[in-house]
Amino acid sequence: MKNMKFHIVKRDRVSWQFSFLVRILAIVAALMVSAVAIMLLAKKNPIEVYSSMIEGCFGSDLRRWSLLQNTAVLLCISLAVTPAFKMKFWNCGAEGQVLIGGLATVSVMMFLGDKLPYPLLLVVMLAASVLAGIVWAVIPSFFKALWNTNETLFTLMMNYVAIQLVAFFLKYFVKSGSGTLAPMSEYGLPVILNHEYLLNVIIVAVLTVLVYIYLKKTKHGYEISVVGESENTAKYIGINVPKVVIRTLIVSGALCGIAGLILVGGTNHTISTTTVGGRGFTAIMVSWLAKFNPLYMILTSFLVVFLEKGAGQVSTDFRLPEAISDIVTGIILFFIIGCEFFLQYKILSTKKRKEND
Amino acid sequence: MKKVLAIVLAAVLCFALVACGGNGGSEEKKGMSESPIAEVALNVDYEVPADFKIGFICLHDENSTYDLNFLNAVDKIQEALKLTDEQVIVKVNIPEGDECVVAAKDLVAEGCKIIFANSFGHESFMIKAAKQFPEVEFCHATGTMAHTEGLDNFHNAFASIYEGRYLAGVAAGLKLNEMIKEGKFTAEEAKIGYVGAYTYAEVISGYTSFYLGAKSVCPTVTMDVQFTGSWYDATEEKNAAEALIARDCKLISQHADSMGAPGACEAAGIPNVSYNGSTYDSCFGTFIVSSAINWAPYYNYIIGQYVKGEKIADDWCGGIAEGSVVLTGINQDVAAEGTVEAIQKAVEDLKSGAVKVFDTKTFTKDGKAVESYLADVDTDAAFTPDTEVIADGYFHESEYRSAPCFDLRIDGITLLNEKF
Repeated sequence: MKNMKFHIVKRDRVSWQFSFLVRILAIVAALMVSAVAIMLLAKKNPIEVYSSMIEGCFGSDLRRWSLLQNTAVLLCISLAVTPAFKMKFWNCGAEGQVLIGGLATVSVMMFLGDKLPYPLLLVVMLAASVLAGIVWAVIPSFFKALWNTNETLFTLMMNYVAIQLVAFFLKYFVKSGSGTLAPMSEYGLPVILNHEYLLNVIIVAVLTVLVYIYLKKTKHGYEISVVGESENTAKYIGINVPKVVIRTLIVSGALCGIAGLILVGGTNHTISTTTVGGRGFTAIMVSWLAKFNPLYMILTSFLVVFLEKGAGQVSTDFRLPEAISDIVTGIILFFIIGCEFFLQYKILSTKKRKEND
Repeated sequence: MKKVLAIVLAAVLCFALVACGGNGGSEEKKGMSESPIAEVALNVDYEVPADFKIGFICLHDENSTYDLNFLNAVDKIQEALKLTDEQVIVKVNIPEGDECVVAAKDLVAEGCKIIFANSFGHESFMIKAAKQFPEVEFCHATGTMAHTEGLDNFHNAFASIYEGRYLAGVAAGLKLNEMIKEGKFTAEEAKIGYVGAYTYAEVISGYTSFYLGAKSVCPTVTMDVQFTGSWYDATEEKNAAEALIARDCKLISQHADSMGAPGACEAAGIPNVSYNGSTYDSCFGTFIVSSAINWAPYYNYIIGQYVKGEKIADDWCGGIAEGSVVLTGINQDVAAEGTVEAIQKAVEDLKSGAVKVFDTKTFTKDGKAVESYLADVDTDAAFTPDTEVIADGYFHESEYRSAPCFDLRIDGITLLNEKF
């Protein structure tokens, strides 16, 4: 290491202004590099491309609501994975937990829709989706708590089981063999104030506040932090680690179940194997980017959905392959994630350090 | 010393490569022929107003051969009608869910008069949008519900692609005959492998017509079918093709949208009949021919009807005559001698009605001829079979509705698995 001209040192706590400045600089740099990429690869004017992104997200009432709705769904799943990740339980199973919650919802709509009065139906839908999400999350946590099995692999496998169950459901209950189920809009969540997605947004807003309080202000939240920082410390101060693991995954699974309810009961009114569409994994990034803070997650989930929606509009407006938009999205995320490194560490030249010594 | 040795070895290897390459190239490549089906020009007998707009919703993007086929047709019609980019709005990667309704609403807001969606699973969401916007025409490829839904502004369309597959099957049968004649295997060993997506009518109709085309020239042929359970899964399709080759299939065809199966055939040197379009560029050593649906005639039809103020049919099915069913050129380096002529003759026979693809004299089920069959043509909650489709000695495919309904499992074809 003699030849190294610089080395990396962890920063002390950085000021609010400094971190704000670094993040702004990162976004500006990302936009500039993306602009070069757009000019070189697509030979388009980057200003037009960026304004098309903004237009695609905010250009009409429909687009604004669609943006809000997609942000709400992604935020809900991000909230769901957060308690487990904060505990360093690598729950990669949100995709399956949401899907199984959706499957429970759609089953209730299909089999009880015409049998129960509507208010009771809603209660049963909620109970079924939450329960299904919990079951899907608790199984791996149970094995982890008792026999220390690898939760990453276990939760991933549970995703495939959920997907296959949905495929089986569609095969078994849709007799045409086409594998698609027509939406049952009459049994969906109620439409309030004439806005199709408003209820979804309100539910997620309330959940965001609740999860924030749960993680920051309650004893449960504290225990999660301690288990996440050091399991041995947790044991030493008398925390029952297996109990905390299982309890946290119950919370995680319940939130995933609600996300399933929103996706199926509040949005699609039907289900397919791709209903969750990878959001269970995107949510992990959203949660990390926000440093597990539910309030920051509003911003990070908005950012991810904005980039995705904007990218779609760019490919429509300019007839570009969506790959180009994906490259731009990738560059922007790279810079945003990369700037976190510079907020945590600083680079010093080796010479300077010698002088200091 | 070692270095010198390495350089010498490298030089020898290079020389060997060049020499081998030279050998392969010494045989003159004949390349692709013209398509055996003459191109049908788009008949444009109307003037498109400057404020007309049409929107397209695609499940994937140009990386899927299925969607690429639709997108190519969009380019064709845009050029033929001299539409500007503002008049043709294309949305790709739209999932089969609420996003499809959002995309349709967005296209309506942009001023589209006709909205077209290309994936089977878009159907119920297109219907939802059609109910909200009765003044906009909603057209949907491959669907089944328009003729029973009773909406004036929702329409299905398909093509009699089973005829195209039958013709491609003729090319496959001739190739098998050639290989039998060359003594590569006996007539009884002539077996085709088929990679299918799902075990439902669209795919069953496809592989059966392909098989009957091959059987019309190679009577001893049999077929194994392996399903992948996905319309687009390059790995699964490659694995399925390799498994079929390992089961001694002499020729492979597929009804799925990735390059998985053609790629596996090229690697193994097994002849391949493709679908959706030519795979010649990357598989010139094994590609024979490909059938495809050309959607430009349908786009031309719906735009024409709309502009002229006439009603769009609930259920439209294009054939060879309309230019909807097309074949690529024949790869003359792989296809058997006389393939072009044989296909041209078969085209004439199909056009004149002398040959029917699903002629009941040409196939049996459980050893018996099929005299009567009730198909599920009208979509209902219980999915009951409702329409007699066998009359005048053949199965009337795509007549009572455009989407295929032939789902008989005939003798000679073995399903290795089922995927729904």
